[in-house]
Amino acid sequence: MTDERAAGTHGSVEAVFREERGRLLAALVHRFGDLDLAEDVASEAIEAALRHWPADGVPARPGAWLLTTARRRAVDRLRRDQAYAARLALLAAEAERAGPAAPADTDGGLPDERLRLFFTCAHPALPAADRGALTLRYLAGLTTPEVARAYLVPTATMAQRLVRAKKKIREARIPFRVPDPHELPGRLPGVLQAVYSIFTEGYAASSGPHLQRLDLAEEAIRLARILRRLLPAEREVAGLLGLMLLVHARRDARTGPGGELVLLDAQDRTRWDRDMIAEGQALVLTALTGGPPGPYGVQAAIAALHDEAADEASTDWPQVVALYDVLLVLSPSPVVALNRAAAVAMRDGPEAGLALLDDLAGEPQLRGHHPYPAARADLLRRLGRRAEAAVAYREALDLAGTEPEREHLRRRLAAVEADTA
Amino acid sequence: MKYMLLIYSGSAEAPDPCTFEDWVAYDKEATEAGIVVSGHSLADLTTATTVRVDATGERAVTDGPFAETREVLGGYYVIDVPNLDVALDWAARCPGSRGNGAVEVRPVAEF
Repeated sequence: MTDERAAGTHGSVEAVFREERGRLLAALVHRFGDLDLAEDVASEAIEAALRHWPADGVPARPGAWLLTTARRRAVDRLRRDQAYAARLALLAAEAERAGPAAPADTDGGLPDERLRLFFTCAHPALPAADRGALTLRYLAGLTTPEVARAYLVPTATMAQRLVRAKKKIREARIPFRVPDPHELPGRLPGVLQAVYSIFTEGYAASSGPHLQRLDLAEEAIRLARILRRLLPAEREVAGLLGLMLLVHARRDARTGPGGELVLLDAQDRTRWDRDMIAEGQALVLTALTGGPPGPYGVQAAIAALHDEAADEASTDWPQVVALYDVLLVLSPSPVVALNRAAAVAMRDGPEAGLALLDDLAGEPQLRGHHPYPAARADLLRRLGRRAEAAVAYREALDLAGTEPEREHLRRRLAAVEADTA
Repeated sequence: MKYMLLIYSGSAEAPDPCTFEDWVAYDKEATEAGIVVSGHSLADLTTATTVRVDATGERAVTDGPFAETREVLGGYYVIDVPNLDVALDWAARCPGSRGNGAVEVRPVAEF
């Protein structure tokens, strides 16, 4: 994406100011209560900076410069459009009614109001499928075409989705506010889910020619780092960041030279990113200390056990299974049960895992989920039941999304078919 | 900002988990909070009548609600609150949101 971003002048404007853009936008949204206006004047301020700074030098407090410039533009605009101004004045009055503003940290001259925007973008009143896209657009600062590429949809489609979501934010008046402490347990998971959905889209792209889209995974990590700074006491934020780092640490080993999928058991573990693992491990400790664990903390702990093992055989499978047991209680789902079954197969042998997988047959959530037949196929293969394994590999092949995953399944299928012949 | 809370009860067969006292308490709370613009509960669905007027001006009156729905509109509130979060809080507190019931929150259009 970096190359594409650098392609046009506008693209490079976005690239230079991406970090500032999110903060600037959030501060403007907080000030004016209107996402469209904030977007427009933020872009204008950034373009002005790009014209002036090369000639006049970068101001001492660039953030403050951007905010002042953008505010001036907004005020100009409101002066020209009195009806709009009246509506915004009303919004501001009602925002006052809704409660006082949180004290702002003014690092670099820009108050950090991004947490409000995180909660707005991941608001439960918005379609779940759009929350990640809004977060990428407004907090990661991606352009609409970039967000469209992230979700592999045409730019026009993504633009329409963003417009529709913004219309709902405006017209249903979804507020720009951080939920009160008593609301946080209900609202934070939505924000974390929006960020994690970006990561999973990057880590295991749901379709397309490439298995991983590292730029997206890195955006998600960057967003989680921002959240971690904004909500340092929330252990699930630490858990989410830890989980993503511990998984992302394996990125280089996950594909072979031809872009083919390399599974955990066959990965060259010397290619794992040790620094990233160490950072993730420290976050797991934070996530699991000082209270009952949350689902991201537990998933991070599972990822850490894999990252700490020298190879598949020496992985602490009893501990992995125990953590999946905890996870099944915290967030019961057939997908978690599927992963637990795979861990049980490693601890107790393929027969035990297969029995658990067969218990999950008919789960609606697993219908169309290719990891299910793929996991069955692998256990059947290990049990020497090659004909059945071939059937299951074919089933998985019909469902798998990305080309490298399909190629991996084709190779496995060819191998069991050769053995049968 | 005004929002209408449309209170739907679930299927007629399912028992209503809320008592009359629950509704009285909710109505009192909302009224005392000064947010209620208006609100009514509606009479039984069997009393509903639907009117349509066609292109020639012909009036057609039929017994029953406009659409066959599993959920039945049983009443409404119009409330005036600062934003959707506050409206959703009042919807969640409404006895009509419990059991098989649901409360649909719709902003009132501003022209």
